[in-house]
Amino acid sequence: MQLKEYLLSLKKESPNLKVDRGGGMKVFVLAKHAADPESEIKVSSDGKNVETSGLIFDINDWDRYAIEEGIRIKEKIGGEVVVVGVGKNCDDTLRKCLAMGADRAIKIPVDTNDAYQIAELIKKAIEKEKFDLIIAGYMSQDMNYSLVGALLAGMLNLPFATAVTSLKIDGGKVVAVRELEGGYKEEVELQIPCLITVQSGINEPRYVSVMGIKRARTKEIREVKLELPPSAVNILKIYPPPIKLAEILTGDASQIAAKIVEIVKSRGLI
Amino acid sequence: MMRIFCVAEHRFDQLNQISLEILNLANKIKGKGTSEAVVIGKKVDAFAKELANYSDVVWKIEDESLENYNPELYIDVLMQLLSKEKADLILIGNTAYGSEFAPYLAVKMGVPIVTDVVGVNVVDGLKVTRYIFQGKLMVDLAVKTPCILTVRQGVFKESVNLNGKIIDSKIKPSKAAVRKFRKFIEPEVGEVDISKADVIVAVGRGIEDGANVPLAEELAKLLGGVVAGSRPVIDSGWLPKDRQVGISGKIVKPKLYLALGISGAFQHVMGMKDSELIIAINKDKSAPIFGVAHYGAIADIFEIVPELIDKLKKIKKS
Repeated sequence: MQLKEYLLSLKKESPNLKVDRGGGMKVFVLAKHAADPESEIKVSSDGKNVETSGLIFDINDWDRYAIEEGIRIKEKIGGEVVVVGVGKNCDDTLRKCLAMGADRAIKIPVDTNDAYQIAELIKKAIEKEKFDLIIAGYMSQDMNYSLVGALLAGMLNLPFATAVTSLKIDGGKVVAVRELEGGYKEEVELQIPCLITVQSGINEPRYVSVMGIKRARTKEIREVKLELPPSAVNILKIYPPPIKLAEILTGDASQIAAKIVEIVKSRGLI
Repeated sequence: MMRIFCVAEHRFDQLNQISLEILNLANKIKGKGTSEAVVIGKKVDAFAKELANYSDVVWKIEDESLENYNPELYIDVLMQLLSKEKADLILIGNTAYGSEFAPYLAVKMGVPIVTDVVGVNVVDGLKVTRYIFQGKLMVDLAVKTPCILTVRQGVFKESVNLNGKIIDSKIKPSKAAVRKFRKFIEPEVGEVDISKADVIVAVGRGIEDGANVPLAEELAKLLGGVVAGSRPVIDSGWLPKDRQVGISGKIVKPKLYLALGISGAFQHVMGMKDSELIIAINKDKSAPIFGVAHYGAIADIFEIVPELIDKLKKIKKS
């Protein structure tokens, strides 16, 4: 389909669309500057927080796939990709997204891990702009709530689909394949504007070099100052889970290997 | 008197086990209140009867358009039911369906939501427990009621036998959904069925690169087993999708599950925890996999695996 035809088809199917910007789709991508669960995790002395000193922060793993998906749509049919981040220190993640190919960034400099608050802040920051698609990651690697995307869809009254493993834009239609349990999937059809959360593995996120991030410094990061909305959830206590630990095999590599062979042998498996 | 509503879930004419588990939880905490199941579908009589064995009330919501799960329609009919019947607590499975529509429903109802809950306490206000940092920490939260909780599967297994009353709600969706269900897609089938293997050598992010997979393959061959992987390995394309162990992949119960460089996220653990013998090797002593393994080694797989291969080769020769 020619671009012009495509745009006309969009206009017909979705009057909200901002097709007069010169074409393509306007995509918002949500990206969290999140703590890596593989870094050193320690509970703070008040028992209600995680010590940030040992933590390594980077773009949330699922959001790498989200930004890649947004950029691919733009590369295919044109338009604009705007990345949105929440947090006083989320610049590194926004810059990474800009280096990958996002056009500009919106930063909401408020620190919170409460999904409801995050969704509310993003809603306020973007609701005045028109858009065709919002893409978020399925989950955050630190808090694992899997909430912000679907909450935002609710707040903006958007049709939505979560845990998407394949996404196709076909005129004003969005065809999404969602991951179910047991290797099954379901294919669903949505209309633009809508919101998608992407599962990891939907694409292969591109690599960005340090130079690339430096070059992206000229791209705009616009700060939107907002008040923190109230929260209905209160953290009482954070603690390591009480787990029954495995019997730990010790020694050097050869000794550990010998012990494993012994265990496997004793079960009659070799 | 607490009224706890539990939204059941089904697919391919089968009730998902989580539907009963959330009722188990409701019965455990309801005190003098009620556990009330809600079942949504085209024809739900059989499900309603099954659910009645574990609940005080079952609400049926039936319509042609509800044949397949659709979040917009689920939210539509649930809003109608819950505007008449006042719930103190709404429990939903933390599944592909439940985790999708629950947050949207929470926004529409204007109530808080906590997802993937593994513990609930109602003694002094509502307190819930869940994991954060991919299973490495837990958090206790105080939540205002009414609220929605999505519940992790496999946690609340103790059931109470009841004989609930089945009520036809007569509720119908108020409008058609924008989102359309098109079709189900079957799981990919590969040349090896890992769910039938006696020995599985499973690799995780710790394998570092696809080029290192042959090392695991060599070990698997010596043990008469097959190689499988956790989600990051499949996402990276180092192993095909049919080799994925976990909720969204395959459930396996081999005689030996050797986990190499697997951290043990819940999604993975649910796919292998019932293996007869689990041995895990991981550099990170706080990896949750050590909570499910029978034996563990806090070590570098690239040091242990070559030693293992060496020793197994010697045994084969003798």
